Amino acid sequence: MATQQAEQPRAGASPPPGKQPQGAKRERRDFIGASPVTPYLFMAPYLVLFFTFVLAPVVYGFWISLHEWDYLLPGKPFVGLQNYVELFTPGSVTSGPFWKSMEATGKFTLYSAPLLVLVPLGVALILNRKFPGRTFFRAVYFAPYVLGVAVVAVLWRFLLDPNIGLVNYYLGRLGLPDGIPWTTAVPWVWVTLVGVTVWWTLGFNAVIYLAGLQDIPRELYDAASVDGANAWQRFLHVTIPGLRPVLLFVVTVTILASANMFGQSYLITNGGPGDDTRTAIYYIAETGLRQFNMGSASAMSFMLALFLILISIVNFAFFRQRED
Amino acid sequence: MAQGTVGREKPDARRIVKISLSYGALILLTVVFVAPIVWMFLTSFKTNPESTRFPLSWIPREFSTEGYRPIFRAGSDAPVLRYFFNSMIAASAHAALVVVTAAPAAYALARMHFRGKGLMFAVVISTLFIPHVILLTPNYLIVDSLGWLDTLLALIVPGAAGALGVFLLRQFFVSLPRELEEAAVLDGANRFQIFIRVILPLSKAPLATLAVLSFLTNWNDFLWPVFVTFSPASMTLPPGLATLQNAYNTNYPIIMAGGVVASVPVIILFVIAQRYVIEGVSRSGLKG
Repeated sequence: MATQQAEQPRAGASPPPGKQPQGAKRERRDFIGASPVTPYLFMAPYLVLFFTFVLAPVVYGFWISLHEWDYLLPGKPFVGLQNYVELFTPGSVTSGPFWKSMEATGKFTLYSAPLLVLVPLGVALILNRKFPGRTFFRAVYFAPYVLGVAVVAVLWRFLLDPNIGLVNYYLGRLGLPDGIPWTTAVPWVWVTLVGVTVWWTLGFNAVIYLAGLQDIPRELYDAASVDGANAWQRFLHVTIPGLRPVLLFVVTVTILASANMFGQSYLITNGGPGDDTRTAIYYIAETGLRQFNMGSASAMSFMLALFLILISIVNFAFFRQRED
Repeated sequence: MAQGTVGREKPDARRIVKISLSYGALILLTVVFVAPIVWMFLTSFKTNPESTRFPLSWIPREFSTEGYRPIFRAGSDAPVLRYFFNSMIAASAHAALVVVTAAPAAYALARMHFRGKGLMFAVVISTLFIPHVILLTPNYLIVDSLGWLDTLLALIVPGAAGALGVFLLRQFFVSLPRELEEAAVLDGANRFQIFIRVILPLSKAPLATLAVLSFLTNWNDFLWPVFVTFSPASMTLPPGLATLQNAYNTNYPIIMAGGVVASVPVIILFVIAQRYVIEGVSRSGLKG
């Protein structure tokens, strides 16, 4: 399952933790039968994990990025910001491939995100009507998401094989060109990566839209109908405003998931042709965990993270502005 | 079928056309979604020559288990059965670890008062927005220094530090009525007893949702296991499929058989626990 997709809920919806409406009364009750240590005992197991594998690594990762950190060499000299400077120095070992991989990530996000935002919305609008079999269709469209990227990629590489794949076979039967190099040549590789990703994750976004659609009060549609709004006007003036928080979530999560694309290109195109579809994550993971050039890899991962955070901020600002 | 459609209005011609078109689109889409998965199943039962022989046929002319035999054989260079058990152990242990650590923490954050609570909550939640790529290299080194590289522990533990479980469960605990806990306090129960005997039994649905989602996430995880496991003894199915694809290149029945082994458990889990999976996914988008 695209881990990154499931891991980005909105924090904005939660109430501030410190606020307690019935203050004093609650305070007294909370400590009945409990020592002041109790809350920390409840927190401890999770905090140990959180500190070891989230908090410490963030700091540690930045520290690594300030060193020439080769896993295989004993010396790890401190080099300051040199790893970052190199990313901006044309002709350095890392700058060329890194920006090329950022370009691949950018292209993939640009091609896939609009489809992944719009197509599932259409599917959700159809599924939102009451008709026999709707839960069946919802389950069918969601099913590929349950399979995970490895199965999906291995399966589609077979289906899209230029010579013996089912897709070219049926294209040929229909009298269309049947030798399309889906997995080995530009621009087909992009069609493949985007198409497979839409097939894989469409259901995820559709399910989120569906839940959002079901939260829009029926009365708003009735009122709009009474005012003489047609279906399109109801969609524009009731559905879209009602879906705004869900849209923000879907757009943000989809962009982040697309920007983190790895498995599809690792297994279907092997980053090729050349390194045209080698994404940023792919290059960072190869640099850090295959070539063990961890200082550079860490610096690159912070650069990518910076981009992702900026995109999220722009997103939030855009939707906030539209709300006014 | 069109007759069963909720029809407060009379079914006129336009309505029937509209309904037929909708069903047509839905069924076409169903074919697009189901056909590839069916093709994977059927190919896994073909012989190697038949899997690529033109004209391609859906139903195997000669039903064969050739695709499964090499991957189930002991001492195979693609021990998919081993990957399968590794995946089972890792995903189950991971789901258990997530629930066992997230539930008490979420309860403390939802119901107790203590110094540093606001700060802890803010820090934990803010990490939901940190791109995970920055954890890749340092966590590799941390897992290495714990001696966990190329072991199942590397796949079970680090992922359980994510904040999503704490976040989802806290939202649920906050919504529970306080009266239940008050009654238990009057009966002389302490915090621990209240948590075990009152709160957890009321939280079966969200706990199941979290467990199922954690299991699926871990079962399908790809990037991390590709880099932290090297030997068949610790490899799970997703990286295993990658090695299978390399080792058997064009022997599609074998590769598809691997895909089937990786898919069947999650498809069964999805069919049984569909409500929890879809609830969990939509909840992560809405109430947050």
